[in-house]
Amino acid sequence: MSEAATGPRRLWNGLKERFSGTVPPPPDAGIAQVLRSDRFRLLREGDWRRLDTIVTRLEKGQVRRLSDEDVLEMPVLYRQLVSGLSVARETSLDAATLQWLEALAQRAWFQIHGPQITLSGWLGGFFRGGWSRAVRAIHIDIWIALALMVAGTVVGWMLCAHDPAWYDTLVPGEFIRNTSATREQLHDTLFKSEGEMLGAFAAYLFSHNAQVAILCFALGFAMGLPTLMLLVQNTGQLGAFVWLYAQKGLMVECIGWLSIHGTTELFAILLAGGAGLHVGRSIAFPGARSVLESAAAAGQRAAVVMLGVVLMLVVAGLLEGIGRQTVNDTVARLLIGGVMLTFWTGYFALAGRRGGGAA
Amino acid sequence: MSGPRSTAAARRQYQTRRARRERQVVTPEGLTLTFTLATRGARVAALLLDVFLVFLVLIGFAIAVGTIANFLDVSKSPVLRELQEVFLILLFAGLFLLRYGWLLWFELGPRGASPGKRMLGIRVAARGGGRLTPDMVIARNLLRDLEVVFPLAFVPALFQPDDQSPLALALGAWFAIFALFALTNRDNLRPGDLIAGTWVVETPRRRLVQTMSAATHAQSHPNQTAYAFSDEDLAVYGEFELQTLERVLRSAQQGQMEAVAQSICAKIGWNAPSGYEVQPFLDAYYTQLRARLERGLRLGQRKSDKFDAGRNA
Repeated sequence: MSEAATGPRRLWNGLKERFSGTVPPPPDAGIAQVLRSDRFRLLREGDWRRLDTIVTRLEKGQVRRLSDEDVLEMPVLYRQLVSGLSVARETSLDAATLQWLEALAQRAWFQIHGPQITLSGWLGGFFRGGWSRAVRAIHIDIWIALALMVAGTVVGWMLCAHDPAWYDTLVPGEFIRNTSATREQLHDTLFKSEGEMLGAFAAYLFSHNAQVAILCFALGFAMGLPTLMLLVQNTGQLGAFVWLYAQKGLMVECIGWLSIHGTTELFAILLAGGAGLHVGRSIAFPGARSVLESAAAAGQRAAVVMLGVVLMLVVAGLLEGIGRQTVNDTVARLLIGGVMLTFWTGYFALAGRRGGGAA
Repeated sequence: MSGPRSTAAARRQYQTRRARRERQVVTPEGLTLTFTLATRGARVAALLLDVFLVFLVLIGFAIAVGTIANFLDVSKSPVLRELQEVFLILLFAGLFLLRYGWLLWFELGPRGASPGKRMLGIRVAARGGGRLTPDMVIARNLLRDLEVVFPLAFVPALFQPDDQSPLALALGAWFAIFALFALTNRDNLRPGDLIAGTWVVETPRRRLVQTMSAATHAQSHPNQTAYAFSDEDLAVYGEFELQTLERVLRSAQQGQMEAVAQSICAKIGWNAPSGYEVQPFLDAYYTQLRARLERGLRLGQRKSDKFDAGRNA
């Protein structure tokens, strides 16, 4: 019986509140008689609701729908909410209002302390020096990774030079590029174009290499050891591969074939390995800070490097998939590879030296 | 009366368990905000939802490619090879972007949550209450392969008893450490959270409801003033009971309200109201109890529940 009396009215109030989106007029007729804490709320509710509207827009990414006044007043409204919430916590026992205020304060806090720059702004900072600064920040790990990669290559070569049977162990499952191949066959593998679908080939190479690079980084989480193993194993293959061609007097051609994209790709893998090592090292040896702090600082630095690694692998994919198939001349290949290597080294060494600052 | 009592007990138990997930953060304005960490279950569910959505996108892509290929009448088109290539490029790049970019892209947005997380009411936040930056979001998403894809790859091996090489088992156990890492720390951090300096918290979303006293006045019960409770009548309950009463009043179920009115009356020795009288009675009791408790609050005297007799005069 009583439900019939209150039900429709409650429903109507609920609907009004949900769809109007505006401030329902506080029942000012009874304002003198309501509880003190409710009066406190009724006097501030308009501002709170306005902040709620602004925050909701920001959450939806509709920054442009905010007026200038809204943007200017948001910090003021937020501060009012903060002080209102502090008072309400000490004076009000209205659980629903308190919970709403807590929730709104949190949402507003996320927006006010959210990303201060847009994503494109962040990317701008990334290219203008943020990336190269992050690379320089982990230079010790990169040198370690480089030493391992060089050692891996040398070991791969020397194992094969010592006993050619090692080649099949290091580079298994090759039909043409094996120890019984003739010089002509090997020469063909370097200069016969794969033909069509070069763009798709490049895209495939990119996605494969990027996955390997991300894995190489992720394994760094396990104190960095698996990253090191992966680096040594892969460069061991590289050493064996170069040895095979050098046997038949094709060493320079082979290096040209590798270097056109390899200077970029191997550089990217070097950075990924260094980034993984950096994270692993920060967890194993956090130094004066707690493991959590140390890991977080290292992870954020490494993340910037890794974003760059993925971009480098896009370039490497294009150079390998398209460039190597169309440029069939060893000198030109070496030239392109050398130019890329110079470019990357120069960029990492010099970019963002002066600015400092953000990103 | 065992029903309401046991639900109250269950509610309290839930609240203490929830309190274990709460983390206090002091903002630069000096406000203490309470964040509630997301449960592990919610996070797994959010991931599954996201995977499902990614599959939906892939299916949509496949249908679109099929339709276009049909429309162009494959057999006589000279641009077929180029088209095939474009599709392949889109496929490779798209698969890569979906796998590594889906969560990343959405978590970079102002909500800090992928669609799956949003549906479950959780979001990514900087641990300890700093600013959530793009580097953090990138870092936390780079380790997903290690935590999800590789451990899952070893699951089939568990169901093939004849083909269990010790190496595969060892590797599987090793990857299981990463998959189950979040179970090992009290902040539910997975490896990605650990190296990014993030955690996942609940996003409370509430609508502001009318104040109880304002609602009472809007409905203007004629006989509300008829109920005047003495100090002793109000002294039997504390804040916990007040908030329970608030919930009962807001949900406005007649049977529940009658039961509550009866137990109040039994306690203070009144004759229980019935029918139309129940709600005005409860409204009046709620308002006066709250006025009394809030008065105590202003004087620094809290009464947390009915068992709390100490500091309340």
